Order: sequence, then structure tokens, then C-alpha cells
Amino acid sequence: MTASTENALFQCLLRLGDNTLILGHRLGEWCGHAPALEEDIALANTALDLMGQTRHWLTLAGTIEGQGRSEDDLAMLRDVWDFRNVLLVEQPNRDYGHTLMRQYLFDHYHLLMLHGLCDSSDSRLADIAAKSVKEVTYHAERSAELVIALGDGTEESHRRMQDALDRLFPFVGEMFETDAIDETMAQSGIAPLPSSLRPAFDTQLDQVLAEATLSKPTDDFAHQGGRTGSRHSEHLGHLLSSMQWLQRAYPGAQW
Amino acid sequence: MYAQLIKADTSQREEDAARTQAFQRRIDAGEKIEPKDWMPEGYRRTLIRQIGQHAHSEIVGQLPEGNWISRAPTLERKTILLAKVQDEAGHGLYLYCAAETLGVSRDEMTEMLLDERMKYSSIFNYPTLTWADMGAVGWLVDGAAIMNQVPLQRTSYGPYARAMIRICKEESFHQRQGFDIMNQLAKGTPAQKTMAQNALDRFWYPALMMFGPPDSDSVHSEQNMAWKIKMNGNDELRQKFVDLTVPQAEYLGLTIPDETLQWNEEKGGYDFAGPDWGEFFDVIKGNGPCNKERLEARRKAWEDGAWVRDGLLAHAKKKARRAAQEAA
Amino acid sequence: MTSPKDDSSSTNPQAPQPVNQLANQPTSQNEWPLWEVFIRGQHGMSHRHFGSLHAANAEMAIKNARDVYTRRNEGVSIWVVQANDITASSPSDKGPLYEPAEDKVYRHPSFYKIPDDIGAM
Repeated sequence: MTASTENALFQCLLRLGDNTLILGHRLGEWCGHAPALEEDIALANTALDLMGQTRHWLTLAGTIEGQGRSEDDLAMLRDVWDFRNVLLVEQPNRDYGHTLMRQYLFDHYHLLMLHGLCDSSDSRLADIAAKSVKEVTYHAERSAELVIALGDGTEESHRRMQDALDRLFPFVGEMFETDAIDETMAQSGIAPLPSSLRPAFDTQLDQVLAEATLSKPTDDFAHQGGRTGSRHSEHLGHLLSSMQWLQRAYPGAQW
Repeated sequence: MYAQLIKADTSQREEDAARTQAFQRRIDAGEKIEPKDWMPEGYRRTLIRQIGQHAHSEIVGQLPEGNWISRAPTLERKTILLAKVQDEAGHGLYLYCAAETLGVSRDEMTEMLLDERMKYSSIFNYPTLTWADMGAVGWLVDGAAIMNQVPLQRTSYGPYARAMIRICKEESFHQRQGFDIMNQLAKGTPAQKTMAQNALDRFWYPALMMFGPPDSDSVHSEQNMAWKIKMNGNDELRQKFVDLTVPQAEYLGLTIPDETLQWNEEKGGYDFAGPDWGEFFDVIKGNGPCNKERLEARRKAWEDGAWVRDGLLAHAKKKARRAAQEAA
Repeated sequence: MTSPKDDSSSTNPQAPQPVNQLANQPTSQNEWPLWEVFIRGQHGMSHRHFGSLHAANAEMAIKNARDVYTRRNEGVSIWVVQANDITASSPSDKGPLYEPAEDKVYRHPSFYKIPDDIGAM
């Protein structure tokens, strides 16, 4: 592997690991506060799956980088500009509708990405993807079912789900953006081009929204800047200030 | 007519007395009481109160530890803590289901918690201020809870006993992860050791309170023990807890905040100072450091979640209606 | 708190009643129904009653059961049935329903003395 491919692979792994890390963290914020006990438990399961995946991705990222950084070094000691997650996952939980809509939108992108990664030419990625895809298949099924049910539930639940969709839809486009790193990954058969996943995503989205009686926003404007690290939202800084606090306050301590 | 009524009433009472005796014989013989079996009203009421409070304690108990999920220091610790707090939600769920077999719904119990007609364990009204509190809560609070819970696996009410068996099985890792956190801190940097000692200082006496007031001041104990709803005396369990915990603190190199603590050869256990029971009753009455915050958090979750619960139910009904129409 | 409901069963102890009939009278009109969960584990045993939970409908009950009761990999197949739909024998049936079977010891393998040298059977 050339140095530039290696660097692209490192970035690609950060994108995968940071997505699951930040979303897992957000879901963890619900623990103890969800609308019903059954939902509380289910959401924590998803968070636990995502945290498990994060540890695989970031450990592999550290190995590829070759500078001795562990999963925790990467999670706890980078600052905002070094994070590579999409903007969607750092959006705050807001109400349960926003949380479920964010989950649904991410799950379906995530599932398509993992299916592609199962065929990766790099067996290390393919192995992690094969394990993750089982978990994410369930996440996607569950979040779609909830989006449909609440879209088609009461007047209030419909309104809230539509609000959530309107608010979050501008963060969908970024997941399918393709840059030089993605090109390099696709050329070496390591990861699928994100843009290639969009048609399948759209088909599924239209189907779910129709069942949910929700309308897709017509404006296809897409915020950018998460997966390149060029401009995260303010929310990420606050998230990191909680998540990284102990490691920052007590440098070098073992926990 | 009047005489007839009296006669009927008397025979009813005689019948009840006979049933109550037969009921007690079943319990004495170690039989389990199941939901549809006849039971004295006092037994049912006491169980609803006890199982309900136990369930509420699990749910409110999610909050002090949930407070640190976002700030756990490593990905592994974060994962373990999340799994543990999730388990508590599960335990609350099992217990609510056990109580539901006695004729009270989960929603009713939730409402009774939120309008303070029902209580939860006073320990969860104490704040978790540092990461070491995750250690102290696991080690001391779960340690004390397990001591109460293990005997309840043999309680006379079938659904309660079965819930406790499942809970005890799942809890086995909770205390260990707490001790593991303490151990890591105790052998860590001086600041970490200070953090651990500070947590022990704050949680020691509240943990001792978890066994309830001294048996001499405890009401209802005798009847509940005869019914096998309460399995051990408060003082007995508290003593056992202290005897087990002191050597663990010594292993950690931490100091239990009790200058009177001393091994008593004669009784084969430690002499120790009891907690401030005035503080205990203050907390029970609602004046603990976090009572308001805990109930506020539960009320917010309940009220904010109403549209989700209603929405899912409304959709389920619509879907069932549509399916029925298609079939017709 | 609900009033004691077991009086109704004492007036007609023979009438079969749902196991959780007492639990299905929520004050709130909007409580999700209660479901009983049966799970078949890894080892080919039959489905076993695992516990209960609330869900808006059967589909969600299955999903909730997966999340609540198989967190430690306990199950491979899940059944859910609404608690209301279960008909149970009432305690006083215990005699007539079960006692005759107690006589039929020949139904139990331990009834038969098998010579030791036959080996496992």
C-alpha cells in the first residue's frame, strides 16, 4: 500500500469510527430518559452496538496510522478539526422524533455502506463490516418501523416527525459526498463510493416516507464540513467537552 | 334480613380466617403463591408497595449513574457503564411486570411515583460528582442491594421470586465493575486516589442506610417475614455488609470514614457507627440533595414521551383496522 | 391503587380467566397492552416463558422482546402473545386437572427399572 493510500485508509476509518462514536454517544444521552422502558432499553442496545463498532474501527485506524495511538487516544484526545463524522450524527437529540429521524437517516446510509464494505479488498475492514452489518440491519429495521409508526400515528406525532425530517434533511447529502479520499478507497476496492449508494437510499427513503405519510423536503441543499473536518457544527465542541473531560483534566492517568 | 346479613358476614369472616391459615401453611411449606391464587389483601398490598418501590428504585437509580455515561473516561468504561444502566432499566421492567400480576398497571405505578405516593430507595437522592462515584455506587450501593436481593430469590410470591432470580443473575457483574473502577483509581495517580477516597467518604453512610432503620424501629417486619416478603432483619444484613466490605476497603488502601470501626472478636464482626437516621428520614421526606432533580427528570421523561407512546398506539390501532378491512 | 379483584374469582372459581386479567385495567386509556414473551434458546429446547413487556402491537412486542430479553444472547426464536388472550386454568382446577396424571407413573421413565448392564437408555 502506498503512503497516500494508507493515509486515505486512515481517514476512511476515522470517518467510519467517528460516525459510530458520535452517534453512540448521543444515544447514550437518552439512557434513563426515553419515553418508555422498552424504548430506553432498545436505544441503549443500538448505542452499545455502535460503541462496539467504534472500538473496532478506531483500533484499526490507530494500527494503520502506525503512531501507537489507541482507540481511546483517538476518541479522547483529538480536537474538533480532527473529527471526521458527518454533521448529521453530531446534531443534538432534541425530542425523540429528531432522535429517531436522525437514526433512521443514518441507519440506512450505514447499512448500504456496510454491505459495500463486506466486499472490501481489505479483509480487516470486511471482517468488521460483516459483524456490524448484522447489528445495523436490525437498527435500520427498527428505526424505519418507528418513523413509519409515528409519522402515521397521531396528529402530534405526525407533526413532530415532519419537523424532524425538515430539520435534518439538509444533513443527508453530506453522507453521499465523494472526495479524493473516497476515490482512492474505491479504486483500491477497499470501500464503495458514497455517491454510488444514493439511489438505493433514495428509493428506500421514498418508500418509508410514503408509508409514514411524511413529505420529503423539496430543497436538496446539503450542509458540508463534517466528514472532511473543515467545519463541524458548534454541537460537536460541546459533545467533546463532556466526552473528553476526564482524559483532558487528568493527562496520562489510567482508568 | 339484617340477621341474615350478619350471618353471611360472619361466615365470610370465618371462611377468610380459614383461608388465611391455609395460605400461611402453604408459605410455611415453601410453596410459591401465584397470581391467581387466593391471598390476603394485606399480602397483596404490601407486595405491590414493595415490588413497586423496588421497580421505581431501579428506574430512578438509572439517573445518578446515567449522569456519567457521557463523561466515562474510556470507550470500554463507557460501554460497560451504559450496559449496566441499561440493565437497571431491564430490572425495573421485570419488577413492574411482577407487580402488574397483582392488579396494578405500570402506568398507575408510574403516576404514583411521580406524584410521590410511592417511594424509591433513598440512596438515589445522593449526587454523583466524580468518576469515582461510579466505582463507589457499583461497589457499595450494588453490593448492599445484592445483599438484599439474593434472599428475595426465595420470596413467597412466584413472579417476584422469578424476577429476582433473573435480576441477581444479571447483577453479578455490576458490583465487580464498581470495585474494578475503585481499584484502578486507588492504585492510580494521587489525584485519582483522592477521588476514590472522596467517593467512599460520601457513599459509605448512605450505603449503610440502604438496609433500612434498625429493626427495633422498623414497622411491619414480623408479618412480612412470616409472609416471606422480607427475608432478613435490617441489622443482620447491615452487619454482613460491613463485615464483607471492610477488608475490601483495606485491600484498596482506602479508609472507611468511621473512627469507631473495630473488629469485635466476641461477635465475630465489626463494631461500626450507624448512619445519621435524621438525615435518612429527611431524604425519605423529600429533602435529600437530589430528590427534586430525580423526580423532575422522571416527570420530564414521562411527559415528553407521552406523544411517542400515544403515537405508536394510534398507529397500531390504525394498522389493525386496515388489516381487518382488507380481510373483510 | 386498584381495589382487590380476587373476589370475582372466588365467586366462580371454575371460570377460566386470563392470567393477567387483573393487570389489564389501566387507568390510562393509552397504556400499551401487556405481552407475554416466550423464547426458544440455542439448545433446541421448546419455547419457554421468559417474562412480559408492553408494546403497541405484536410487531413491536417482538422487537421489544429481542431488546429486553435477549440482551445476553439468550434466544433464537421469539413468540409473543397478548396477556389478555391467554386462558389459564384457575387454581381450584388444580386437583381435577393434574391429580389423575400423578397416578400414571408409567408415563415417567423412572418407573421402569432397567438392568445396569443394558447401558444408557
